[in-house]
Amino acid sequence: MFTHVPNYPQIEKIETGIIGFDLISSGGLPKGRTTLVSGTAGSAKTLFAVQFLAESIQRSGDAGIFVTFEEEPADIRRNVKSLGWDIEAWEAAGLWLFVDASPDPIQDQVEAGRYDLGALLARIEYAVAKIGATRLSMDSLGAIFAQFRDAAIVRAELFRIAYVLRQLKVTSIMTSERTQEYGEIGRFGVEEFVADNVLILRNVLEDEKRRRTMEILKYRGTSHQKGEFPFTIVSGRGILAIPLSAMELNQKSSIVRISSGNDDLDKMCGGGFFRDSIILASGATGTGKTLITTEFLKGGAKHGERCLLFAFEESREQLFRNAEGWGIDFEAMEAAGLLKVVCAYPESASLEDHLIEMKDIIEHYKPNRIAVDSLSAMERVATPKGFREFVISLTSFIKHQEVAGLFTSTTPTLMGGTSVTETHISTLTDSIILLRYVETNGSMRRGLTVLKMRGSIHDKDILEFNIDGTGMHLGEPFHHITGILAGNPRDASFG
Amino acid sequence: MAESDQSTAHQVDSSAEGGATNAWLLRLYIAGQTPKSLAAISNLHRICAEHMVNKYSIEVIDLLEHPQLAEGDKIIAIPTLVRKLPQPIRKIIGDLSDTEKTLVGLQLKSKTV
Repeated sequence: MFTHVPNYPQIEKIETGIIGFDLISSGGLPKGRTTLVSGTAGSAKTLFAVQFLAESIQRSGDAGIFVTFEEEPADIRRNVKSLGWDIEAWEAAGLWLFVDASPDPIQDQVEAGRYDLGALLARIEYAVAKIGATRLSMDSLGAIFAQFRDAAIVRAELFRIAYVLRQLKVTSIMTSERTQEYGEIGRFGVEEFVADNVLILRNVLEDEKRRRTMEILKYRGTSHQKGEFPFTIVSGRGILAIPLSAMELNQKSSIVRISSGNDDLDKMCGGGFFRDSIILASGATGTGKTLITTEFLKGGAKHGERCLLFAFEESREQLFRNAEGWGIDFEAMEAAGLLKVVCAYPESASLEDHLIEMKDIIEHYKPNRIAVDSLSAMERVATPKGFREFVISLTSFIKHQEVAGLFTSTTPTLMGGTSVTETHISTLTDSIILLRYVETNGSMRRGLTVLKMRGSIHDKDILEFNIDGTGMHLGEPFHHITGILAGNPRDASFG
Repeated sequence: MAESDQSTAHQVDSSAEGGATNAWLLRLYIAGQTPKSLAAISNLHRICAEHMVNKYSIEVIDLLEHPQLAEGDKIIAIPTLVRKLPQPIRKIIGDLSDTEKTLVGLQLKSKTV
């Protein structure tokens, strides 16, 4: 028996508009409360504080106050211009007001007797009333502790400010610096007691790669997603969090079949791929992954579907020439508006940035089918953890669009084995196609098998295939050979 | 030296005679008639009378009544004394109960003494 759980009044939250964060925080920041945003140098605390106000101004026209203890207003205005935020215009429109409490570099300050920070509180109250602000950011606590000798006074005054903001029903953020990515929440050891809620921003160096994550450590009296979530900073948009486990798996399942672009392969799959399925084609280099991709795109265009290809291994010229060699005219497909080819070097950006860009292109182009050749190329630019998140996030996103996705994965060895990509993606995919080299009697042949076909029967044979000027042709099964998938083909007739 | 009414926001208390230029222009920020504010006012008058005879003017600004006036001098703490003249501008925070430090802050005394 469950005991009766009293129904406490839910703490209302306000959406921040920071993409991903609202999902992680189950709806945004607790309304009328103060949230501490803590992070090391360069962890994007100030950006978060600015964006919190900027998004609300842009989305709902709600005014905000920015209290700066560190950078001068002129610097902040200039620094965020590249993100597309015109603070000056908002100031003129009465939507943004600075409370400038930045230290004067020239003036020396002497402490002679008892004091409190009543002036700061008076200024904040005045600013809130002046423009009717509902949001406030304070950046950063470390800088105000540095301006005064007595940390106890500063701490007491921060409590008072947080209390007054709550009375004024202002939702606020205080940023604070930490010296380590993992350890004490704030440098002064008191910050977390000022706020009911704590968000940690991290900027960790992992295998020579920078990885930004955010984690909600404490959300008093309200729910949130737990753990670290990667985020990235995109010019023109600011912070974008990538909620992985927070994503809901609520996509519908389609029973409509689509052509793989190859009649033989369709037959093997029991009539083609499902319209909203994710297919993984895995094999060593040269086994025909790009060919499967090319035929997949041709199959789409042939039925008037919009096709999108993300190519991470070959250039546009190479891809178009390859297609031509198999009798497929990419140029004509492109001219008909049925194909879009996006080529990028994995090294050109971080994995998070690639993901954001890919999502943008997908949302903008609205394809019916998407191919990624190859997904495993992205392994080069990420940590195993980062890559896993990337694969899961991309797969989930494509599934949400309810379109077909074909990913290719290059296995590290020529004769079989699995890749990291497969390990991460195999459970997320609906179908897996394996391409293998088969060595028999001194010659190298190629084999294909459908390993998995969710929701359908499929041919379990390993078929030999040939490639010519019209594409891929599946032939007879390798009946007398075993151990192909393991990368160790043997003639079964000799036992 | 005549004490003027402290409830006015701008309380200028000048001891200068006949419109002569004051050597010292001091501005004291307070927030309401708190013990710290009152202490700062009386301590300031005492120090001025002892150390800048007939050469100063004091302006008291109550931020509870005029919070907008805090922005210009970027005042955070209360009480804060700002030495506007002679230049350069200097800030002293606290109720000025520490006379030594106040004098150092006003540069009426060097730190080493």
